[in-house]
Amino acid sequence: MPSSEQSIDKRPWLLLSPSLMAITLLVVIPMAFILVYSFYENIDLAVDKVAFQFGNWSEVMTDGYYRIAIWKTLRLSVIVTVLAAVLGYIPAYFIAMTKFRDKWLLLLLLILPFWISFIIRTLSWIHIFGNQGALNGLFQLLGLTDAPLSLMYNEFTVIVGFIHVFLPYMILNIYVSLEGIDENLEPAARTLGATPWQAFREVTLPLSMPGLAAGCLLVFVLTGGSYVTPLILGGPSDFLFGNLIYDAIVTELNWPMGATLSFTLLLLLGLVVVLYSRLMGLNQLSKAFK
Amino acid sequence: MKKIDSTKRYEMLKERMGNGDMDRRSFFGLLGAAGIYAGVSGGVMTTMAQQARAAGTELYFEGWGGVVSEALRKHAFNPYEEASGNKVVDATFGGEAEVLTKIKAAGSTNGHNILHSSGVSWYKRWIDAGYGSELNLANIPNVENVMEAIIAPFRAITPNSLSAIPYDYGTTGIAYNTKFVSEEKAKELGANLLLDKELKGKIGAWGGDWANRAWYGALQSNQDPNNIQDWDAVWDKARENRELVLKYWSSGAELMDLLAKEEIYVTEAWSGRVAALQAQGHPIAYMDPPNGLAWMESMFVLKGSPMAEAEELLNFMLDPATAIAVAEGQKYPTSLDPNKVEMTDTIKALPAYDPTGKLDKLVFRDPVVWNEVEKEQSKQWNRVSKGG
Repeated sequence: MPSSEQSIDKRPWLLLSPSLMAITLLVVIPMAFILVYSFYENIDLAVDKVAFQFGNWSEVMTDGYYRIAIWKTLRLSVIVTVLAAVLGYIPAYFIAMTKFRDKWLLLLLLILPFWISFIIRTLSWIHIFGNQGALNGLFQLLGLTDAPLSLMYNEFTVIVGFIHVFLPYMILNIYVSLEGIDENLEPAARTLGATPWQAFREVTLPLSMPGLAAGCLLVFVLTGGSYVTPLILGGPSDFLFGNLIYDAIVTELNWPMGATLSFTLLLLLGLVVVLYSRLMGLNQLSKAFK
Repeated sequence: MKKIDSTKRYEMLKERMGNGDMDRRSFFGLLGAAGIYAGVSGGVMTTMAQQARAAGTELYFEGWGGVVSEALRKHAFNPYEEASGNKVVDATFGGEAEVLTKIKAAGSTNGHNILHSSGVSWYKRWIDAGYGSELNLANIPNVENVMEAIIAPFRAITPNSLSAIPYDYGTTGIAYNTKFVSEEKAKELGANLLLDKELKGKIGAWGGDWANRAWYGALQSNQDPNNIQDWDAVWDKARENRELVLKYWSSGAELMDLLAKEEIYVTEAWSGRVAALQAQGHPIAYMDPPNGLAWMESMFVLKGSPMAEAEELLNFMLDPATAIAVAEGQKYPTSLDPNKVEMTDTIKALPAYDPTGKLDKLVFRDPVVWNEVEKEQSKQWNRVSKGG
């Protein structure tokens, strides 16, 4: 009888070792540094004392200011995710189902915006929604309004900015999932008496759920970790948890608190991934790409 | 050749369109061309930039961007590069805290040499943090022409040497669009114009500096900004202002954009930026309320910089012809003493210009008072700005 040591197949670990090493070096160790820093004490601007104290954690746990930021972040992330899912499903479905011979061209159009800087894409909305932007110009041209409408620097523009940037991630995830569905299934459902809507609802939609869920997870996490979009397109009330991290690190020069807030955000977004795993199973993510 | 990224390229184009230097069609055309250029030529430009760096010493300069950077590049850095063979690599920062964060994160000042540093407060902070250099003034003979009144606060912090040379000064007053706000109303309300409920949603404010908001909060709560006794009253006024604010702007370019496009009608503003808007023909007026905030900016040389070249550059920048050209371009008066150097009519007409060379009519921040409370009050401002 072979010993238990001999029965262990080491090949998967050998194959995984480069990835594990990269993750350890680039993610685990830096995050460990951040965790350690969260226990340090900020004495003055940019002056920290090595310590092991829970003052920063205590402040984050007990101060309502941070709870409001968490609530705003989760709320906005849900809104952006839901809208991106609804708006993203339609083009993904179209690209997957179209008989257009050069489908690659549509996919190219989808990834074309990635060639332009994220900041520039975000700033571009000022030229659309601004007082002298394209939309106000059109309204005045059509005689719908005499004076420019105030459309900028509110939650709406922040949501638009987020969807603009993150929508391709959603579309690509759903598209890959739809592309993997056997194209005979929907006609088969139709021949069994299902209406087009029923065939979609009971066959295509459930089979595309892994891609939809993967896209939702991605958009949610990306939105939750953002801070630049509200900074550019938002008003005074439009901020996310990431903006508090920016404040702590860049304007207050309080790195221990910045580290505490960063780790808090990591835990919160990690919790979302755990919830996703419990509800959907993380193996669903791999199905999205089969 | 100086390498600029696509974001910087966009900002330059946007600035030019904002300045009225090009029409919208050209702007979008050039934007597209800039995108193609960035994508296609990135690798080639990197190689060329590496070759260019091989010649002369590189001095890394960081400043406030927009018309200020344009004036420095055109009137100081380009002629200096031609004269010396050295390179000035200039970049824009959002504030000096950003630079300090980068230096602290990197653990060295590599890539950072000269800062267009704001106020004596930041001079003290850089010195206290151990980043001060020791300038050899014998290599900067033009410093003799600098106003004694502007250099004295820096000497008070480092009596034995200087790490920076004061270069310009200005005020943070109130800008208002004369199409929507009358001069009578502005003068009557003074600092309280920023609290006018009739202008709700059309007021802007600088979000990047806690002390700036606190200064105005002090004026609005009838306190001496250099001797604030009731901080709660200061932040209550900031909260009152926040309820009326459309946007906290974070750069001079954004300030100019918001005013020029009439997104906002009233805001606190930097005197030079308003002068630039006025020069472009925008109906923007400027006033300094009583006890309004004045500031001086210096060229701060960080420890570890190539000192001989940095001193050579500073001396070049302080040459009267250069300093006056830069001042006219950036619209902030030069630190040169008007009793020693004849100023042009353009400079004499600039907001905040002091013909006496004494600066005794301007009120500056006391760095000892303000730095002492910064840790606590900057945190408070971040909360107030977000509705806390």
